Amino acid sequence: MAQAVTPQASSPARPREVPWWAQPLATVVALGVFSLYALWEALTHTSGRYHNYLSPFFSPDVHSWGVRVLPALWVLWVPLLFRATCYYYRKAYYRSFFWDPPACAMPDAKPNYRGETRFPLVINNLHRYFLLLSFVVLAFLWKDAVDAFFFRSGFGVGLGSIIMLVNVVLLTVYSLSCHALRHLVGGRLNCFSCSRGAMVRYSLWKRITEWNERHAMWAWMSLFSVWITDLYIRLLISGAIHDPRFIR
Amino acid sequence: MKDTITLSVFRGDHTGGEERSYDVPVTEGMVVLDAVHYIQQHLAPDLAVRWNCKAARCGSCSAEINGRPRLMCKTRLDVLGEGVIHVRPMKSFPVIRDLVTDVSWNYRVARQIPGFTPAHPAPFVMHQVDVERSQEFRKCIECFLCQNVCHVLRDHDLKSRYVGPRFMIKIAELEMHPMDTVDRIDFTQKDAGVGYCNVTKCCQEVCPEHIHITDNAIIPMKERVADEKYDPVRMLVRAIRGR
Repeated sequence: MAQAVTPQASSPARPREVPWWAQPLATVVALGVFSLYALWEALTHTSGRYHNYLSPFFSPDVHSWGVRVLPALWVLWVPLLFRATCYYYRKAYYRSFFWDPPACAMPDAKPNYRGETRFPLVINNLHRYFLLLSFVVLAFLWKDAVDAFFFRSGFGVGLGSIIMLVNVVLLTVYSLSCHALRHLVGGRLNCFSCSRGAMVRYSLWKRITEWNERHAMWAWMSLFSVWITDLYIRLLISGAIHDPRFIR
Repeated sequence: MKDTITLSVFRGDHTGGEERSYDVPVTEGMVVLDAVHYIQQHLAPDLAVRWNCKAARCGSCSAEINGRPRLMCKTRLDVLGEGVIHVRPMKSFPVIRDLVTDVSWNYRVARQIPGFTPAHPAPFVMHQVDVERSQEFRKCIECFLCQNVCHVLRDHDLKSRYVGPRFMIKIAELEMHPMDTVDRIDFTQKDAGVGYCNVTKCCQEVCPEHIHITDNAIIPMKERVADEKYDPVRMLVRAIRGR
């Protein structure tokens, strides 16, 4: 027989399937370690080239254009601002680093909250421009990926060629699944059926919407692919490993 | 699943209160609202709870179950584990009594949004491609779980500056309507306070209708506001054209 029992304290335990801190902690560790690695790479190296392989940290190859001082920094500001203003990464860092909030229905860390209404976070509204700049970098990365299949002896396929190709494909899908691009190609229209051009934009919008549903996954996969590509080329440059060649 | 389960239910009003524990016999497929009804019928007849359809259609039985905003009628006991189940009213709204909160602020906000204003009276001929975005938003059952979990309203009580996710989808629904003629961009930025949303997607996570609130409504509205208010090139073009 059910019965009322003694009243308990008003502050309940919060049992959940996964501890609330697991996701913010994982994000802090992943982004934190990547940022430290990127700083180390950018501040301590002047080139990321190994024969026909070029690290994405150093592409476009401003070093060969005569830039001798910290060439990676001339490149990295574009992907840095593109990712920092990305709608997915905003969710990730607001939750993990700012604790605004750390998890759903968990209290915010700070009493004063202004969202994205003031400088500097209002700059996030310019995400579309960093997207357009990232397409310029992406064009260079595609050139690098093609170059990675052409060795001194001619066409060939090395492990580095495959890594660089996978990297640029992931970066392309990440860029094409962007919320701002989704808006630019068709999201800003109210009437898709009003003209033939609008229907073309509707088709593009539908396709980008499909990719956009996995934007977070592409964001992480492309981040790790950049990391792996650079680390692989750095290890080749240092002589720690050799590049296995599948087709000579 | 055990034969009985303990529910720790908030009892009190806007001046304060505490959780009280009740043992409830469990039956196959039982949901939290069933357990609350059992308490009301057998153990605490004065327990206040708002409910109506018991089918996740009316949006009345919103509450916080083990700290997570959910519909009581859609939350099965067997997914909550073996421990004590804590049931509390929505935190973002003033408690009237026990599990019933005063959500009237939402209706006042709804009245502030510029209404649908077509170029000519209905009936309209509209194509599916033009209305499918708005149709997703019309699934909203106004349970206000998104408003409850939104940290802008929940933790900072910025109800005077941000209308919350439920009304961002209302604005998006009207803005994207092919027959509507009103420009709500200025309203969206200044009165609705879209800039206060930092896209952390909790509203989307708790929505029982699985509406993509952030991805399909708030972010598109942020982009439309960016078109008008933040994009320097578009602002320059408008200035040159004189509009």
